[in-house]
Amino acid sequence: MLQVNNINVYYGKIHAVKDISFHVDSGEIVSLIGANGAGKSTIIHTISGLLRSKTGNIQFLGKDISKTEAHKLVYQGLAHVPEGRRIFLEMTVMENLEMGAYSQGKVNTNDIADVFERFPRLKERQKQIAGTLSGGEQQMLAIGRALMSHPKLLMLDEPSMGLAPLLVEQIFHIIQELNQAGTTVLLVEQNAEMALQIANRAYVLESGHVVLSGTGKELMESDRIRKAYLGG
Amino acid sequence: MNFLMSLITNLISGLSLGSIYALIALGYTMVYGIAKMLNFAHGDIIMVGAFAVIVSVTSLGLPPVAAILISVVVCVVLGVAIERIAYKPLREASPLAVLITAIGVSYFLQSLALIIFGSNQYSFPKIMTFSSITLGGLTLNGETLTTLIVTTILMIALSLFIGKTRIGKAMRAVSEDKGAAELMGISVNKTIAVTFAIGSALAAVAGLFYGTTYGFINPYTGAMPGIKAFVAAVFGGIGSIPGAMLGGILLGVIENLSKAYISTELSDAIVFAVLIIVLIVRPIGLLGKKTNEKV
Repeated sequence: MLQVNNINVYYGKIHAVKDISFHVDSGEIVSLIGANGAGKSTIIHTISGLLRSKTGNIQFLGKDISKTEAHKLVYQGLAHVPEGRRIFLEMTVMENLEMGAYSQGKVNTNDIADVFERFPRLKERQKQIAGTLSGGEQQMLAIGRALMSHPKLLMLDEPSMGLAPLLVEQIFHIIQELNQAGTTVLLVEQNAEMALQIANRAYVLESGHVVLSGTGKELMESDRIRKAYLGG
Repeated sequence: MNFLMSLITNLISGLSLGSIYALIALGYTMVYGIAKMLNFAHGDIIMVGAFAVIVSVTSLGLPPVAAILISVVVCVVLGVAIERIAYKPLREASPLAVLITAIGVSYFLQSLALIIFGSNQYSFPKIMTFSSITLGGLTLNGETLTTLIVTTILMIALSLFIGKTRIGKAMRAVSEDKGAAELMGISVNKTIAVTFAIGSALAAVAGLFYGTTYGFINPYTGAMPGIKAFVAAVFGGIGSIPGAMLGGILLGVIENLSKAYISTELSDAIVFAVLIIVLIVRPIGLLGKKTNEKV
């Protein structure tokens, strides 16, 4: 479904992503794990077209998207839940969902009902300004907003960031449910334990390189990963 | 009683003048909110709009409605073209470079008008003639009332557009977070173009009322209302649409009351003094929002 081939991405002079290749197959959950600054978010931003790679290419559903403008990708079935959620804080919960459906033209009330069924808290707060929501509710809104575009591939950047453990469990459970319902997931996480638990496969990044890859289970059992990311 | 009558009359003509400022200020504030730039050429769009009316009516002999439509179309095309040619290539440039470019565009428009029309005053055609209305000893100028009514309708329509429509909501999304808006499938470039189009259309209407109110137009006509509308936008809180409306209207009322009761010569000084005081007390303007610092 997604094939990333030899991308190199720079922030000014900083070489943030060094010759990285990986792929995501249809139906999978793939996790990119690594410490802060390892290049995980940069990769996701490059896939969504907010940053550009100097080399290589990115194929999505068989098409080269490495030069496609960011706002056109959502029409092809790619949704990105950005780090820090980046919901529209001054708009209502409902308006945020409507913006999520922007690529669909008209807002489908069934889609809204689906999101509300998955996230009942959002239904209660649909008329509230999004800035008044709690962190967990904001993350739910960010995911709900992305679902409004009917993504084939859902990319989530640090969905657990700043959330209490119980909420993290809840969010990861929802990600698994979405995957079971047919959405392919690319997950970027610092919370390696959770990310590996639900992943079919994962890639480990260190200072812009892929240093390890394998199934979630393999990586959880690897000594190197246990020492560096899982606290023993 | 006489004082009360004159106060009400001055207040209403102040509201009318202020609503013209508000129309112009909306263009400044919307462009600032969405493109994060100060479009100092915005005032000169008013002048171009007014000249478009003069040429349509005086030289081409067209009926008023056609002249107004032509003026709006000319301003919209000009506004969008300015954005496309002068500002879009500078999207990633420093704010200072954009600001200087905007000032350059302003001088360009003035000079172009100077070449075409010369520096003479042109009298603005009387395309709106309305009889005065007398209400219990109070005589209200027909043009003043029309200005007030039309601008109020436009401001309500704009608020509904921004608040309720898909494009209006997309504009708010872009103004809050360009990157996130792109991820929703919203084209930031198209949204900015739409914003310039709306702002320029409002400027054309402002030009029409400004010409009607003062009766004369020259290539520099846009500069002063442009500056005052900019002041009004800052006064109300730049980036805030209700702020631009409130700022414009207050500015017009203060200006008119100063002219009537203090001094015509000092009225502009008083207007700017009020701005300075407001900004000292409340630097973000009356209805401005504190900018969220990105962590």
